[in-house]
This record gives sequence, structure tokens and C-alpha cells, in this order.
Amino acid sequence: MIIWILIGILVFALVIMYNGLVRLRNQVKNGWAQIDVQLKRRVDLIPNLVETVKGYAKHEKKVLDDVTKARSSLMNAQGAEANAQADNMLTGTLKSLFAVAESYPDLKANQNFLQLQEELSGTENKIAYARQFYNDVVMRYNTKIQSVPYNILASMFRFNEEKMFETKDREPVKVSF
Amino acid sequence: MIHFDAVRSNKVKSYLLLTFFVLLIVFLGVLWGIIYGDPLSGLVLALISSLIYALISYYAGGSMILSMTGAVLADKKKYPHLVHSVEGLAIAAGIPTPKIYVIHDTALNAFATGRDPSHAAVTVTTGLLKTLNREELEGVIAHEVSHIKNLDIRMMMLAAVMVGAVTLLSDFLLRSFLFGRRESKGGVFIIVGLVLAILSPIVGQLIKLAVSREREYMADASAAVLTRYPKGLSNALRKISNDPDPLVDNANKATAHLFISTPFRKKSGWLTKMFSTHPPIHERIKRLEGM
Repeated sequence: MIIWILIGILVFALVIMYNGLVRLRNQVKNGWAQIDVQLKRRVDLIPNLVETVKGYAKHEKKVLDDVTKARSSLMNAQGAEANAQADNMLTGTLKSLFAVAESYPDLKANQNFLQLQEELSGTENKIAYARQFYNDVVMRYNTKIQSVPYNILASMFRFNEEKMFETKDREPVKVSF
Repeated sequence: MIHFDAVRSNKVKSYLLLTFFVLLIVFLGVLWGIIYGDPLSGLVLALISSLIYALISYYAGGSMILSMTGAVLADKKKYPHLVHSVEGLAIAAGIPTPKIYVIHDTALNAFATGRDPSHAAVTVTTGLLKTLNREELEGVIAHEVSHIKNLDIRMMMLAAVMVGAVTLLSDFLLRSFLFGRRESKGGVFIIVGLVLAILSPIVGQLIKLAVSREREYMADASAAVLTRYPKGLSNALRKISNDPDPLVDNANKATAHLFISTPFRKKSGWLTKMFSTHPPIHERIKRLEGM
């Protein structure tokens, strides 16, 4: 009798632990989806931007090509790390594009350009926030599946570690006014 | 972990508040019934009306508050900054994007309301949008988003609606006792005194429950975690505290505690301090800068 009760309690505990793991894994998925939405949004905005800039600054071919290239590598990136890397690259090329735009007053006054610029910087901010959320959840999830007794369950049911959304080589942020 | 404790305690408090409110109305109804010689109909009337009012305030309290303060939906074309900031911080907090409203007022203020994160709204004044830079605005919005995430909004909304109802009711009771047809037996005045004596501290308690200073400090702390930049909010608070005209035209006693800083003109004196709905702003700035 007592043995059955103990087994019952054990099974109950296992179920609760398992459900906790599933919940966390889904949070990780949801966090990733948030990043993905914003990355897609960014990718979608860029052709428009490139077209607008072309209209005013045809000669800046290299900068424009760089942006387009970075965009397509972001589109093809797989996994958190590769995505983070490609996104970083795109941020860099966009920065030089907007720097170049400074010397074209007509472009800077273009309503469409201004709107795209605001939209892109808003999206960039959202990527940063989504990344923050995702990385926090991934850390919670990874910590959990590595700790006793969850690690036993995790290896039984294939809860694998997730990668954070970050690049290894981080450029120092330059601030200019 | 702090977050989950806050959510749980806010849920419990909300239900306590609702129950308490219904009981209070029922008690008043019976009292009213006894005085007029028909306790049963007093009970039924009070029960029905309080239940209806509680349901309405739970499901429509948010929109009631929004229309009370004269807030209008923010157009994304007109306020792209604001919309982007709110969307970003909602992502950071892991909640759905709340509805975004503006109040056309030069005062610097903001508040959040709603019954849960899926039915929430963030409101800022146009004065705030004009005065704050992007970091500061994000700090303020992060504070409001934290209120949403911690479910402070539900508590604050219910308190706002119920303080309004209790005030109205005690007013009504007072009038009906003073000018009632039935001749008093002398005892009525004692009862009136009793009722008022019970009601006024309750109203005070409701407000206190809603505005516990800890709630504001905690939202400040969560805002710092969300933006990872406490200076944004502390600079914003400094600007807000230097606002020469903090009066929001449509704010009143019932909605005051919702705002990020008290929406009335500054007064000093022990009475203001005692009923102050907000912790002193310089204390909040000090805590943020110590992070």
C-alpha cells in the first residue's frame, strides 16, 4: 500500500517536472519567434530603402551592394548564432549607408526615406529587446535542464540545450553625436 | 521570481477587493432596507446592483478610465516613436503589445490600465512626447509596461472604479438619510454617523491598497531591468518633477493613482503627504541612480 502511494507521488512529481520543461521550451520557441518576426520585418524594409537611396545617390554602388549582400545572407542564415552574425553585419552596412546619406540633402529631406529610417531604427530596437527576452529565457531553460534532477528527465526526453542569440566577436559600440 | 510573487499577490488582492466591495454594498443595502422597514428588498437590490457594477468595472473599467481621462488612440503615422517604443518594450517584457493612447495635454504624465496583459493600454500625454528624448520615453514606457506585466493595472483599475462608486454611494446615502420622508427616530443620525465613519476609512484604505509605494518602486526597478538603462527613467522623472504645470485637465481623485507622477499641482503640508498617491519623486530618482 505504502509503496503504491510512494510510486504515485513519484509519478506525480515527474509529470510536474516534465510539464515545467515543456513550458520553458515553448517559451524559448516563442522568444525565437519574436526575434524572427523582427528580422523578417527588417529584411522586408531593405529593398525599399535601397531603391529610395538609389534614386538620389546612384554612385554609392558599393555601400548599396554591401547592404543587399548582408540582407541576403541574413535571409539564408540558419540558427541563432548565424542569424545574430548576419544581423550584426546588416546593422554595420546600414550604418554606413545612413552615414553616406548624410551628404545628400535631397535624400535626407525625402519623406519616404525618413519614414524608412524611423521604421528601421524601431525594428532594430525591437530586435535588441526580443534578443534580451530570448536570451533570458534560454538561460533559464539551459540552467534548468542542466540541474539535478531535471537533467535526467531532459536527457530521457531529449530536451537539448539552446544557443543564445549573440555573436562571439562583438564590435565595440561607437557613440557619436 | 519577484515578478511571479507580484502577479500572485495582485491577483489575490483584486479578488479580495471585488468580494469586499460586493459585501460592502450588500451591507449598506441591508442597512438602508432596515431603516426603511424592508431589509429583504434592500438586500436583493444591493446584491444585484453591486454584482452588475463589479462585472462592468472588471470588464469595462479600462475603457471607462480611458474615456474619463480623454485619451485617444495614437496614430502610428503621427507618433511612430511612441508606437515603436511600446512595441519594443512589450517584446522585452514578453507581453502582447498593449493599445496605445495619447492625451492632448501639455502636462508630463503617463499611465497604464486594463484588466490583464492581453487587455491593456498605455497612455502618455503629448507634453511628455514633446519633452522627453527617446531613452527617457522608453524609461517611462518600461515603467508602465512593468505595471501591466505585474498585473498592477488590474488592482489600480478596480480601485479607481470602486473609489468612485463608494464615494457616490455614501453621498447618496447621506442625502437619503438627511432628506428622507420617514421621520427619524433619532437613531438614524447615529446610523448615519456610523456609516460615514465606516465608509471614509474604507475609501482611504482602498486607495492605499492600490497605490502602495512599493508598487511604484517595483515598477521602476522592473523598468530598469527591461531597458537595462536606469538613467533613462531617472532623467525622465527629473524632467517630470520640474514640470511647471503638472495638472492633467481630466484627472480626478479616482484616477490620480494611475499616473506615473501625481497629476495635481504641488502642495505641501501634512495632509497632502498623508493622502499622497505617489512616493516622493526625488526618492525614486535616488533609487534608480543607485542601481
